[in-house]
Amino acid sequence: MKYLVVWMVWLWIGLWPCSMKGASWWVYGKCEWTDIQSAIERAAPCDTVWVNGGVWRVDHPIVIDKPLVVLGKNRPIIDGGGGKGDLLLITADDVELSGFTFRHMGINYVEDVAAVRAESVRNVYIHHNVLENTFFAIYLAHVRGGEVAYNRIVGGAVEENNSGNAIHAWYCSELRIHHNEVQGHRDGIYFEFVDESRIYNNHSHDNLRYGLHFMFSDDDVYYQNTFAHNGAGVAVMFSRRIHMWQNRFMHNWGGASFGLLLKEIYDAQIQGNTFSKNTIGIFVEGSNRIQYRHNLFRANGWAIKMNGGCMDNVITENEFVYNTFDLAIQVANESNSYDRNYWSEYSGYDLDRDGVGDVPYRPVKLFAWVVQQTPEAMILLRSLFIDLLNFSEKVSPVLTPAAVMDHQPLMHPLLQ
Amino acid sequence: MIKILKYTLFDLLRSRSLLFYLAFYLAFTFGLFGLSADIQKVLISMMNVMLILVPLISTMLGVMYYYNSREFTELLLAQPIRRRDIFLGQFMGLSGSMAMALVVGVGLPFVWFGVGTSPFFVQFLILLGSGVVLTFIFCALAFFIALRNEDRIRGFGLAILVWLVFAIVYDGVFLLALALWSDYPLEKFALATSLLNPIDLSRILIMLQLDIAALMGFTGAVFKKFLGTALGSAVAVGVLVLWVLGPLAAIHAVAARKDF
Repeated sequence: MKYLVVWMVWLWIGLWPCSMKGASWWVYGKCEWTDIQSAIERAAPCDTVWVNGGVWRVDHPIVIDKPLVVLGKNRPIIDGGGGKGDLLLITADDVELSGFTFRHMGINYVEDVAAVRAESVRNVYIHHNVLENTFFAIYLAHVRGGEVAYNRIVGGAVEENNSGNAIHAWYCSELRIHHNEVQGHRDGIYFEFVDESRIYNNHSHDNLRYGLHFMFSDDDVYYQNTFAHNGAGVAVMFSRRIHMWQNRFMHNWGGASFGLLLKEIYDAQIQGNTFSKNTIGIFVEGSNRIQYRHNLFRANGWAIKMNGGCMDNVITENEFVYNTFDLAIQVANESNSYDRNYWSEYSGYDLDRDGVGDVPYRPVKLFAWVVQQTPEAMILLRSLFIDLLNFSEKVSPVLTPAAVMDHQPLMHPLLQ
Repeated sequence: MIKILKYTLFDLLRSRSLLFYLAFYLAFTFGLFGLSADIQKVLISMMNVMLILVPLISTMLGVMYYYNSREFTELLLAQPIRRRDIFLGQFMGLSGSMAMALVVGVGLPFVWFGVGTSPFFVQFLILLGSGVVLTFIFCALAFFIALRNEDRIRGFGLAILVWLVFAIVYDGVFLLALALWSDYPLEKFALATSLLNPIDLSRILIMLQLDIAALMGFTGAVFKKFLGTALGSAVAVGVLVLWVLGPLAAIHAVAARKDF
């Protein structure tokens, strides 16, 4: 273990061309330099610029155009004063930015202005900052190999059309985004054309639209994040080979909310996630070859709702507990497999005591099927007639799709 | 009328059916709280139970009470008392005491477990209110049926049929209609249809107040929007009041003409 740490440190020093090499520059309110920009201009590449406390009103963006380490000591505040421009621009490779508070930006309807913008660079490292009431908070465009970590981003977004995303990445690759807390923006974390990146241990909550949003991004992994109280938890759209594991999707509750939205997703893996108290746990549309395994669906309106065009999905070893509807599907004869799950509503028996029920389970209730055909019928939810209908269908299935069946329903919960 | 109401009440207390009714609700609600401390879950469960049981037991007890107290009614009719007072007094005595039993039986456990300070107080009031209104409606219907039918078997049969229609058959026909005409926009039709059935109306009124309303999608939103307006709630309350007044007027008309 010790050797590993030493080795990691050496590796880090080796990979980070600036660290521990340059001189240090100090910026105080009344001291050596009274302005961050001129300190940056005087610093040589690979130097460290320290900013000690104070409130720095910014009218023109601070530009970091050489590889520098810019550190805030005693939480210096970069104040936008409600203006409509960027606050800080990173245009050089290997920049580290840490310890600052950015705050008070105005709404810009024309441009996507951001508190911290990195454009066409490599290895940017933004960590331990606080961003309050910014428009876009951290904006990465054409960044390769960056890290955004331990930031706290709090916005006051009210409407989708005049708010920005907390962490916005566009045409990036090899990013690592972790341990951030993001709230009060349009999207918590937004990925567009971002490949081979990792998102982990973030807490994204109370955002207007999505906690995390993928568009056209391939080969990404996100894990151990928590998405709660967002308009909708996570939307993954038009992306391939996304791995999603051990995330928690909670309380995404509302008329058009869901924990996880999959649209045109291929070859994804969804493992070990918890979906609890979402209107729809997973809403799937046109997504193929997806593995759902070891997920827990608890107390959702719909655990999984599948619209058309979903083929060759495997849903196995999941746990469906106390959902109003376990499964709703639009098209019955698609080649998806639902075997070996635990369903809390399963009432079959297990004579040979091998832990697998002897009677197959049909996860689509008759009422779910009816509602799919006539959405207005939803108004009859929880009426006696519907309970009778579901019961009679359970006893002798006639109408519910026969292809949708768990042939080996588990008798005992797997995960708890 | 007040005196008759009082006699009816004492009579009911002696027959113990009312106490049993009260005890059942007390035990059931406390039992539910024992299973789950989540007030919202208990509210939903109680809603399910109440929407089935309140109409059923109100109809049954109503018919039963009328037939059992027939001799006493005849005795009263021989006295110089207005017929309206006799029947209205009996009706008020029965439905009032049943409503009290419901309010105490369901309300006490909820208050005990702190509904007063929880965010579900309004929902709880709506639940109790609709329970009380349903009691009045179905007692009145039962009295009307019993008045019209001298034959007890026939009366009971009809009463059960009425309950069946409102609780189950109505929803079945409703669903059938929705399925048949699913090509048309049916929100307004659904709204009107469910306003006409007091059980459906109560269920929707309660559900729209709970989280579960989010599941009801677009139709739920239409309902919420309508019932959220002053006009909508006035219509809902008006329909429920009409459902009490209608059968009462019918009782009055039948009782005035009836030859005992």
